[in-house]
Amino acid sequence: MTEETVVAAGPPPIVRIVTQRFDHPDSHTLDRYVATGGYEALRKALAGSPGAVVDEVKSSNLLGRGGAGFPAGTKWGFTPPGVWPRYLVVNGDESEPGTYKDRQLMERDPHQLIEGCLLACYAAGLSQCFLYVRGEMALAQERVAKALNEAYAAGFVGRNILGSSFSVDIVLHWGAGAYIVGEETALIESLEGNRGMPRLKPPFFPAAIGLYGKPTIVNNVETLSNLPWIVANGADAYKQYGSETSPGTRMFALSGHVKRPGVYEVQHGVTTFRDLLYSPQFCGGIRDDNRLKMFIPGGGSAPWFFEEQLDLPLEARPVGAAGSMLGSGAIVVMDHTTDAVKACLRVVRFYARESCGKCTPCREGTNWLETILQRIVDGHGRPSDLDKLLDIGDNISPGPYPAASWTDGGLDAVPFPPRQTTICPLGPSSVAPVVSALRRFRPEFEAKITKRSVNIPLHVEREGTRV
Amino acid sequence: MSDIETPVTVRITVDGQPVDARPGELVIDAAERAGVYIPRFCYHPRMKPVGMCRMCLVEIDAGRGAALQPSCMIPVSPDMTVVTDSERTRKAQEGVLEFLLINHPLDCPVCDKGGECPLQDQTVAYGPGESRFVEEKRHYEKPIPISGLVQLDRERCILCDRCTRFAKDVAGDPLIHFQGRGSSTEVNTFPDEPFSSYFSGNTVQICPVGALTASSYRFRARPWDLEETSSTCRTCSVGCSVTVQSSRNEVLRQNGVDNDAVNWGWLCDRGRFDMESGRSDVRLTDPLVGGTTARWSDALGAAVAAIRATIEAHGPSSVALLGGARLTNEAAYAWARLAKGVIGTDDVDCQLGDGLPADLVLGLPRATIADACTPKGTIVLVGPDVKEELPVLYLRLRHAVVEDGATLVELGHGRTGLSRYAARTSYAHPGGDLVERARLVAKDLDESGPITVVFGRTSLAEDPAVLAEVAAIFLAKGARFLPALRRGNVFGALDAGLAPGLLPGRRLLDDAGPATAVWGSTPAAIGRDATAILTAAAAGEVKVLLLVGADPVADGPDRALAETALERATVIAVDTFLTESGTRADVVLPAAGPSEVDGTVTNLEGRVQRVNRKVTPPGTARPDWMIAVELADRLGVEFPQDPDALLAELGAVADGYADVASALDRNPDGVLVTGACPLPATPTARRAPAPSGSTLRLVLTDSLYDAATQTAQSPSLAPLAPGTVARLNPADASALRVEAGTVVSLASARGAVDLPVVVDDGVPAGAVAVAANQPDCQVNRLLDATWPVTDVRLEVRR
Repeated sequence: MTEETVVAAGPPPIVRIVTQRFDHPDSHTLDRYVATGGYEALRKALAGSPGAVVDEVKSSNLLGRGGAGFPAGTKWGFTPPGVWPRYLVVNGDESEPGTYKDRQLMERDPHQLIEGCLLACYAAGLSQCFLYVRGEMALAQERVAKALNEAYAAGFVGRNILGSSFSVDIVLHWGAGAYIVGEETALIESLEGNRGMPRLKPPFFPAAIGLYGKPTIVNNVETLSNLPWIVANGADAYKQYGSETSPGTRMFALSGHVKRPGVYEVQHGVTTFRDLLYSPQFCGGIRDDNRLKMFIPGGGSAPWFFEEQLDLPLEARPVGAAGSMLGSGAIVVMDHTTDAVKACLRVVRFYARESCGKCTPCREGTNWLETILQRIVDGHGRPSDLDKLLDIGDNISPGPYPAASWTDGGLDAVPFPPRQTTICPLGPSSVAPVVSALRRFRPEFEAKITKRSVNIPLHVEREGTRV
Repeated sequence: MSDIETPVTVRITVDGQPVDARPGELVIDAAERAGVYIPRFCYHPRMKPVGMCRMCLVEIDAGRGAALQPSCMIPVSPDMTVVTDSERTRKAQEGVLEFLLINHPLDCPVCDKGGECPLQDQTVAYGPGESRFVEEKRHYEKPIPISGLVQLDRERCILCDRCTRFAKDVAGDPLIHFQGRGSSTEVNTFPDEPFSSYFSGNTVQICPVGALTASSYRFRARPWDLEETSSTCRTCSVGCSVTVQSSRNEVLRQNGVDNDAVNWGWLCDRGRFDMESGRSDVRLTDPLVGGTTARWSDALGAAVAAIRATIEAHGPSSVALLGGARLTNEAAYAWARLAKGVIGTDDVDCQLGDGLPADLVLGLPRATIADACTPKGTIVLVGPDVKEELPVLYLRLRHAVVEDGATLVELGHGRTGLSRYAARTSYAHPGGDLVERARLVAKDLDESGPITVVFGRTSLAEDPAVLAEVAAIFLAKGARFLPALRRGNVFGALDAGLAPGLLPGRRLLDDAGPATAVWGSTPAAIGRDATAILTAAAAGEVKVLLLVGADPVADGPDRALAETALERATVIAVDTFLTESGTRADVVLPAAGPSEVDGTVTNLEGRVQRVNRKVTPPGTARPDWMIAVELADRLGVEFPQDPDALLAELGAVADGYADVASALDRNPDGVLVTGACPLPATPTARRAPAPSGSTLRLVLTDSLYDAATQTAQSPSLAPLAPGTVARLNPADASALRVEAGTVVSLASARGAVDLPVVVDDGVPAGAVAVAANQPDCQVNRLLDATWPVTDVRLEVRR
């Protein structure tokens, strides 16, 4: 496991598609965008038919970048015919712990996103677009709003775009600060002015019954930001990069104990975790050249990976087969100085706080997991707590939870039928760190519990001291 | 939409057994009909499912593999397999119950719900045997009052969304809602805004735990000490099915029962809580003669002596009867026969001049509530504020408009509780252009679906003859009518003949039918209505006035007239409380209250339902029918001696009631009595004078909480009366230079009252809207019942 072997193998060459303008200090302005070929894809698309755009995107096999990795072109085809109006909702409520790639796209290239929205609306026949930006992203909101004003003024958005008969309005909406609104049905509820609580699906998926009860396509910011390049350069050019099953590039947000954390655009499906973590082009290794203890491969809700999984390619299927998921493209790296129990508590606490409170297992279960973990960290753990943690997890997400080195493999990252007693995957997300940490680092938990010879059931303040 | 025939049933498998479900039916319902109960908390058959509590998770395989799915959200599909008793299902349900219980206080021994608690019951049936939770539970202040009627204990709450969904989706009063997030989620009201819904009591009934409790029932009984009987609410004419629960001969609680034709399980708070009046300390318990307690035999003797002497001296039409709308059908029939068959007077009216002409109500083609709520149908509202007067009908109409695509058109004198759901509203100036507006509205009506007119008084200060013209307009459009008269059993009283010119069974006097044979005689000429009776009594023509559950002084539209009438005539009052009219009576006979008698009642559709006795009347109070039977006996005529026999005799003289007793045994939801009397010729309404610039025209309406006897005597409800205010259009307010809160004097040619002003753009310009019969103000001093409209002068009190 030396760095030299990694460098010798060498990561695939860097290709920059969605981050191509990031090096310009004024990359967020209309002038820069147009000067670097912006809105040309829109012109090209408007000269042809919407079907041509759909075909191009389908043929590019662009996978959704929100987490589920569903082919974008196929998704557009799910709207029932003849029902109007129909909407595009842009999910800019990026809030998965460790994820900050969409924020970069909105702050540094908002016009690319706007053009992507227009292309999607044109292709899928959507009459209005709602751009939902996370409430905490002040700069992103400012930049997107400014870009939208510029685009309206320049005639790229609004009525009769570029003199064609194609008209689309883009409405900017700012979130109010709830993680769960990143879930598409909760986002729709929030847009409608309700509490951000997920809707149950099935029976109805947003493509059939979504915003205001109308067919709605919900797309991620990065997915849409890929569209201008694909339309401008063609699907074949796009497919030159990345793997066959996962073409193009993908952005990853690296954080934690690495030398150079940040957002990196890499070729999808061919670059490996080891490339990202250790290559000098990317993170350049673990901080202080420490030993890697674990890393979260796809945002807080993903089961943890360890050294053994470093050579997996950054692609949904192999990552899923290994028991985790690529999710939102957030990789959190933890070195050997990390306390696994505290790390586990930290992630669980996030989900307990962010549970929307709608369904019972998540509302009560995540909070119970947090309380037990806190008690263990505080030195009041009981030996029975560990199996209890696993069983509570099983009551939120029944059946074998996907986890790295879970033996037989072959478990889908997002299995169907869903293994959850909850409405949405937030509850099961809190189970991932518990199962991962307990399977790998059970002795650390036991040490915390047995440090005290007698377990006195002390009164534990609910809002007491924290790690 | 398509011509493809939908199959009548969908075959699914539940726990290995084939089940024929209805298309679109939810798995939880299909399984229950097949005898497999799936536990649930948030699911309620009358509300949209939300799938939140997760208790109803079962393994459902709809072709993509078996998975735990909430059975309250999944409609059946062909060849679906449902397993409710597998190891996975059991583990999931046990897990959900454990989650629900970890923060539940388990204070069952002091919880009102204990013993009838779905959480308790389902924990026993499906829950884990012991708790693994060793942490501290969630704490909230308990309980907090969220309205005058309802208390909320957030520690017990399991956040099932039933109450909040009811408030938002069923009642349309989104005053309680979720706050906070995650495990800090709680149900609460907006700060400083109480849960002041007219339907708040329903949330107590549907709460699956003891989180919501009714102030009037808290700590009064344990469920296993309660006895109950089914009955029908008599607070208004909707006729909601209820169950009356008592302990130690006191009615403690009244809950709604799901009657598909009527109330869908809901009740309004007035209907739910006015049973408190039954246990009041000031109920009449003994007869009064000349204001002092008397024995029944003396009181009845005094009454009969007065009646007999008057008949002998002045003829039968010197005796008149007012009231009867609060009685059972049996009692109404006994009093109708006493007045018309024994005494021989036709001066009988169960309405107090605040209703509609009886022959018009009985002559118009009647609609049912279900007719009115037909999906995609048209509802024309010409009448009172249904939310204030017939609240559960409001819920049904609201549902029809919001959920079933019915179109509501409103015609009246200002905004009502249903206005926000109306596709079109047309507010006429009182005494002005109501008929013209009705013509315009009728012209544009969609005639492809059924048209139902909800038909009642738009203002108590306006001559109802105008409404007959309006009815004729919609009748020509093929509309059916749902008469919106408020008083409890007014339709039963009308069917029993308690109106001038009418005999039992919706027959006119000149077409007496079997009544002549059974009674021996019927009145010769058509008698006077309430206003004419009181006018005649005030003029000394009516010598003896029988008031049967009627209080014309406080509750009638013309106080001065009623006061003079009661002063001059000999008054015999039958009532449960000593009302304002009762204090002026020469003989007062105490009557049994709503849950103290057996019998039947008839609602606004003509649906007959049973009322049952649950407790005994206080003191020596007797059922109304018994008092009529006693009086008849003393006047020399023997009546049937019990409610069943009275109902049988009513059946003998009234066609629609012929087999009603046996039909009721077969249909506990009620039996519809149809048939109509010949529609009277449309009278010419007295034309109102043109409005003068210096006066405002009075619009007098009822509100849910008023000084009506039972409401005012129910401690929970009495404080809810909103009080009297003068509501003015903003244009009038600014022209008169008055603001909200200014105390003004309203003066008519009859009298004057002082009221604070409320500025309300829902009131038409040139009008002033005032609520009738509030405890703080005698608005009926302003009216003369013979005026076509009432004009009032507004003066600012400086």
